[in-house]
Amino acid sequence: MSAILDPTRKLVGQPIKRREDPRLIAGAGAYLDDIKLTGMVHAALVRSTSAHGRIKSIDAGTARGMPGVLAVFTGEDFADLNPLPGAWTAGGVQNNVNTPRVLAIGEVHQVGDPVAVVIAENAYQAADAVEAVAVEYEDLGVVVDAKKATEDGAPQLHENAPNNVVLKWSCGKEAAEVDTALAAAEVRVQQHLVNQRLIPTSIEPRGSIGRYDPGTGDYTLWTTSQAPHVMRLLITAFVMGIPENKLRVISPDVGGGFGCKIFCYYDMALMLALSKKLDGRPVKFFEDRSENYLTTTHGRDHITDVEIGATKDGRITALKVDTHANLGAYFSTIAAGIPTTLYGRMVAGCYKIPNIRVDVTAVYTNTAMVDAYRGAGRPEAAFVIERVCDLVAGATGVDPAEVRRRNFIQPEDFPYDTGIGMLPYDSGNYEPALDRALEIVGYAGLRAEQAARRERDDRKLLGIGLSSYVEVCGVAPSKWIGLPGEGWGAGLWESANVKVHLTGKVVVTTGTLPHGQGHETSFAQLVADELGVPYEDIEIKHSDTLGTPFGFGTYGSRSAAVGGTAIYKSVAKVREKAKKLAAHMLEAAEADIVWEHGRAYVKGSPDAAKTIQDIALQAAVAYDLPGEMEPYLDETTYYDPPNCTFPFGTHVCVVEVDRETGEIALQRYVAVDDVGNVINPMIVDGQVHGGIAQGLAQALYEGAVYNDQGELVTGTMNDYAIPKASMVPTYELERTVTPSPTNPMGVKGAGEAGTIASTPAVANAVIDALAHLGVNHLDMPITPEKVWRAIGGGAS
Amino acid sequence: MFPNRFEYRRPGSLAEAVQILAENPDAKLLAGGHSLLPAMKLRLAAPSTLVDLSQIEGLRGIAANGALTIGALATYNQVHDSAAVRQAAPMLADTCGIVGDPQVRVRGTLGGSLAHADPAADLTAVVLALGGEVTVVGSGGERTIAADDLFVDLLTTSLAPEEIITEIRIPDLAGAKMAYEKHEHPASGYAVVGVAAVLAMGDGGTIRSARLAVTGATAKATRLSSAEAVLAGKTVRTETIAAAAAAAADGLEINGDLYASADYRRHLVGVLTRRALERATG
Ligand SMILES: Cc1cc2nc3c(=O)[nH]c(=O)nc-3n(C[C@H](O)[C@H](O)[C@H](O)COP(=O)(O)OP(=O)(O)OC[C@H]3O[C@@H](n4cnc5c(N)ncnc54)[C@H](O)[C@@H]3O)c2cc1C
Repeated sequence: MSAILDPTRKLVGQPIKRREDPRLIAGAGAYLDDIKLTGMVHAALVRSTSAHGRIKSIDAGTARGMPGVLAVFTGEDFADLNPLPGAWTAGGVQNNVNTPRVLAIGEVHQVGDPVAVVIAENAYQAADAVEAVAVEYEDLGVVVDAKKATEDGAPQLHENAPNNVVLKWSCGKEAAEVDTALAAAEVRVQQHLVNQRLIPTSIEPRGSIGRYDPGTGDYTLWTTSQAPHVMRLLITAFVMGIPENKLRVISPDVGGGFGCKIFCYYDMALMLALSKKLDGRPVKFFEDRSENYLTTTHGRDHITDVEIGATKDGRITALKVDTHANLGAYFSTIAAGIPTTLYGRMVAGCYKIPNIRVDVTAVYTNTAMVDAYRGAGRPEAAFVIERVCDLVAGATGVDPAEVRRRNFIQPEDFPYDTGIGMLPYDSGNYEPALDRALEIVGYAGLRAEQAARRERDDRKLLGIGLSSYVEVCGVAPSKWIGLPGEGWGAGLWESANVKVHLTGKVVVTTGTLPHGQGHETSFAQLVADELGVPYEDIEIKHSDTLGTPFGFGTYGSRSAAVGGTAIYKSVAKVREKAKKLAAHMLEAAEADIVWEHGRAYVKGSPDAAKTIQDIALQAAVAYDLPGEMEPYLDETTYYDPPNCTFPFGTHVCVVEVDRETGEIALQRYVAVDDVGNVINPMIVDGQVHGGIAQGLAQALYEGAVYNDQGELVTGTMNDYAIPKASMVPTYELERTVTPSPTNPMGVKGAGEAGTIASTPAVANAVIDALAHLGVNHLDMPITPEKVWRAIGGGAS
Repeated sequence: MFPNRFEYRRPGSLAEAVQILAENPDAKLLAGGHSLLPAMKLRLAAPSTLVDLSQIEGLRGIAANGALTIGALATYNQVHDSAAVRQAAPMLADTCGIVGDPQVRVRGTLGGSLAHADPAADLTAVVLALGGEVTVVGSGGERTIAADDLFVDLLTTSLAPEEIITEIRIPDLAGAKMAYEKHEHPASGYAVVGVAAVLAMGDGGTIRSARLAVTGATAKATRLSSAEAVLAGKTVRTETIAAAAAAAADGLEINGDLYASADYRRHLVGVLTRRALERATG
């Protein structure tokens, strides 16, 4: 590793290698299952084989007598624990909330529901004993489809949710008004769109270790969480009914999350309660991949009907969207916010559409819970609006690129209010990103090539897919997102503390935390620049509620924009104090002090500078401080931004489709993203790469499928196709830079953009290849067989 | 992901291995472990005893002497990298280079693949088309089973429970044209459909005889006898290949699943037959 000791070198904007990687790559990290505590025992779960049933009996007699088994508990043993909380209800509407308990009592609502827990000395014994527990169920009827679940006569999952409806929500204009606009439109298109269910598949599954200290009554929870502070709050105040200060939550190294590790899960409070029952022996639960696929949250699963009105020259005049969002068997922690605030309010995309109406019906079914998954609502919205653009292109004969261009919100329109309840888009300049993407890919040439192949009746058809997206990151303003507004049960600010120790070393503690994003590197770059200390002297500490200030966690691409700004502001406070102290040390007026690269000097005398290290020492020993100044350079910020940030860009995908077999080959993938100012371009590129891979996998490969009995048919990685390196193309990445006015660094967020943009880009490309054959839509994943059938294969 | 309890044995000789198998009816041989261990972790297989073959000498060698002899424990990578295999049966070397992923190819063995008889495995069809045979050792001594007689049904072979495949023999195919075409499952990497074609050539570009086999579409690797009949004695021409491809799926009992219906697989059998023949002869 090259040393980056020179504090005059600007680090923000440099592709510095991630400092966490040598540790993680060399196996020196500590993921949850690496943690072994003295006296630790192992929990394994007896899971429901019924998707909807009344538990008639549980016979654990045999299991209790098996080698190594310490205890078997069922739901009744934890009747004193409340059901898990729903933290984000949809704002302004009735939410019929039904959350799971740590173990089911009475009824199960999905295959995999935990009904009993076995504790054994080792994980093998626990797994053996689980097989020996016999559970009988009375079948209550199963429904897995969100639309069918709302029909009369469908099996009812929860008493307080008639027709299995969790909530009905809408945004935009009155339906009648939009209908009028539709009726008046020159061109009208309707389309049924399915945004299939996905399984997040973080490479590290989930788990928890609970430890109770009988001496102090304190609990410690190690858990694979993207939001340890929030888990502490939810588990103590809502599930266990104990004071927040009695629990410490630690997220160790977390191996990916993509959203599914935001939420409050059964195992967290369960492990704590078990440790107490076992007089303080630590108890570990770590799900295997099959359990992960069954019961860790899924994503997407929308059934949507769109109606579009447009002018003959491709201007969209009206858009009506009706979506059934499948939330699964229960209300997961923030599930209600995803298809409402983060989806409904984003369907305008980057376009000026005068008449929009979105209706969302969220539904319970006998499937795994659905909650935020990389992009969380925005990929679903982008899929709708970017398919809409291509449908308009198809119906009007206007080129898809041109449709987008004609409808773009213009640079002078910002801040721009789409009129559907989203905060105003902060900044944007959509056309240059589109132009650049078209230029890189050689759009005109590709269109000519496409036409030539069609003309020649080639076996390999060419398809070009566009996706111009805008998304919302850095989700906050507490007063907007919170309970009286969008329904989130708390604020969404972030915090950071910056300390310059006596030795000049800097320790930053943040409420946000990484689960693969490289915060330790990016944040250190930021602090190095702003404070003028060597990068190597800066430590970023996170992920432990003991020792870090409260934070809401890492999701929604918010760590840099919200958490980073908290750091930035804390550093600024440190700098201000340091300047004051420097003035005192240099016997000058503060106004005459110049601050440059971590050095303070009196204007005109740079040689007689005090370094930040000198000042930190002085502040810490405190022999000679001015006036009322407190010792130490130690500042904290709780930062609640005034707005969200709105990254955007255009992605173009080029595919070859084999007419004979329907096989799809990804030829090119060009992404021009605008994520505002960039702290570390290598990390941003990495985020974009992974994001595109995940998004294109939705278009072509992934899809969770349940059968009518509510069994997950795609229950292993042998059936559920996450993309391998060999299945993704080389990415051609560029960026435009439109700084965000929302925060002083001008950053927007880059964690989800790739996923949001790529699904429609790839789907549009495949459909585009077949457009001349009368195909204007295909449901995802677009498998070769679907293509083959769409162009007449298997017809006779 | 925790298997049931099992015993682990590592015999030093074939005789000892055969004896352990004979004494423990629920025992299973362990070769590369890339089919067996995943099944055990999912508790779909629960052998009482694992008999690790790795310490038995003489099961990994690859020798060519007209015919090709490959030890049952030779890994995909070893077969792929072998100059002798590339020379005698390039399709076999190539296919061993596309099975699964690098980890699978480092550990998975040719013998294990044939013994496991996965309906979507690659090497079953390839060895069948090559007209290979396996040498097996059991309590009754040694015998030879032609690939034609090895695959009985889904995950079922004609091996007796205590028989061990020791080597795979591929006959001398000098001058033969061959190719394997596969439509890969996006999740598992296995063959949704794979077609292996081997053409023994006579004078003047005529096909003396053809052996074609399919995997993925049917419960077990199966000869495409209708296509073979079309090809035998013909010269290589576009129309001949097309006719063989059109006949390829005749008489097959084809399975469908979530990823690909029986109809689509049937279609792929034809297309991949044509592509395999084109590549073999191209
Ligand atoms: C992720 C992944 C992807 C894969 N992709 C593919 C693919 O694309 N194509 C493909 O064809 N395969 C694929 N496989 C399977 C792989 O090829 C296996 O290695 C192979 O099927 C079995 O060989 P093995 O040596 O691992 O056998 P093992 O798993 O050790 O054994 C398999 C079975 O054969 C028996 N057996 C093993 N050796 C002998 C012997 N010498 N005599 C008698 N019985 C024996 C065992 O008892 C066991 O029942 C994949 C596997 C994985 C894990």
